[in-house]
Amino acid sequence: MQLKKSIFALVVSLLFIQSASFASSSEEGNPGTDLKAEIKQDIQHHLMDAHDFHLFSDKETGAHYGFPLPVILWDNGLQVFMSSKFHHGESVAEVNGNYYVVNHGKIYKTDESGTLEFDESHHALNEKPFDFSITKNVFSIIVISLFIFWIFSSMAKSYKNDLAPTGAAKFLEPLVIFVRDEIARPNIGEKHYRKYMSYLLTVFFFIWIVNLFGLTPLGINITGNIAVTFALAILTFIITQATAKGEYWKHIFWMPGVPVPMKFVLAPIELLGVFIKPFALMIRLFANISAGHIVLMSLIGLLFVFNNWFARGAFLGLTFFLSMIELLVAFLQAYIFTMLTALYFGSAVAEHEEHH
Amino acid sequence: MEIPAMVGAGLIVIGAGLGIGRIGGSAMDAIARQPEATNKIQTAMLIAAALIEGIGFAALFAV
Repeated sequence: MQLKKSIFALVVSLLFIQSASFASSSEEGNPGTDLKAEIKQDIQHHLMDAHDFHLFSDKETGAHYGFPLPVILWDNGLQVFMSSKFHHGESVAEVNGNYYVVNHGKIYKTDESGTLEFDESHHALNEKPFDFSITKNVFSIIVISLFIFWIFSSMAKSYKNDLAPTGAAKFLEPLVIFVRDEIARPNIGEKHYRKYMSYLLTVFFFIWIVNLFGLTPLGINITGNIAVTFALAILTFIITQATAKGEYWKHIFWMPGVPVPMKFVLAPIELLGVFIKPFALMIRLFANISAGHIVLMSLIGLLFVFNNWFARGAFLGLTFFLSMIELLVAFLQAYIFTMLTALYFGSAVAEHEEHH
Repeated sequence: MEIPAMVGAGLIVIGAGLGIGRIGGSAMDAIARQPEATNKIQTAMLIAAALIEGIGFAALFAV
């Protein structure tokens, strides 16, 4: 009962923060091209990684609420400073005689006055130092990973005293069983599924929880960043190739059961497929999550573009409905990523004696 | 972003939509015929839908 109440309170407070963080833009009064441009810019900013954790801005006082994150650059030596030196991208940061400026989320070397040279398509031409910063995404991944670690280690501890699940385990045990019985077992097979369970569970819960955090008004967009999904896909790729048995390679380079000329045709196609599979994994997760965020933010933006209460009410309902859909998508994408990963692992360890 | 590319992306999205619709419809038929196989059908349906969806997104991001 208490858990139910606290979850309800959490949802209500999150909704309140969400409306509060957008309220600043509604006070402008005249919905016109300015507002539309502002919404567009907000969405673009949201989709990009940032060097500070920005929550919201107060338009009237011009104050930004959030906190700075460390910037780590490799530019003839290690340069470490806090991103507050950029003043939210509005000024030039001076570190050990070097000058840096932020343009579209990327750090460029510049001079004292912060001049940037652009080519025809408005890409900055200045030199870029190697950027190892703890950006918003990196920071969020660290925090969420610690959160996942804390939940699951407390869950593991609870089984030491009593085999019946208690606390968080009550909620998570069915999900763990679901990954084992619905994803790993049928796709990998009874014989080999155990050694892949740790990776499948990690990937499933990481994607799912990160997706859920992406729906909170914290405004983090981790799985909608192609670098993150690239890293996840490359892990799947490496594990598949590293644990593959002879049968897997035989099916790629010398497909059994087809005429010899066909084997030469199939080999390059199958070889391409090895790389296309993780590529599709990467694109699918990235595209689904960023598309969801764009649509949701556009709808919230429309609430402020329309100046009549009937349309606003309709869009509020639509936004709520879409948020529910996004909750489903958050789970579905974690499920599909894990499912396809399990399928690829299954093909790597499969033993095809029964046919051909 | 050019007009032919946008039209092409639109065509691909229409195709992907038809494909996913067909998958969903067929899965409904199959579940109606064999309710006891619901889980297996749903899994296969989701995988097939995800594969088509990937093409749709690839088209959208190519624009």
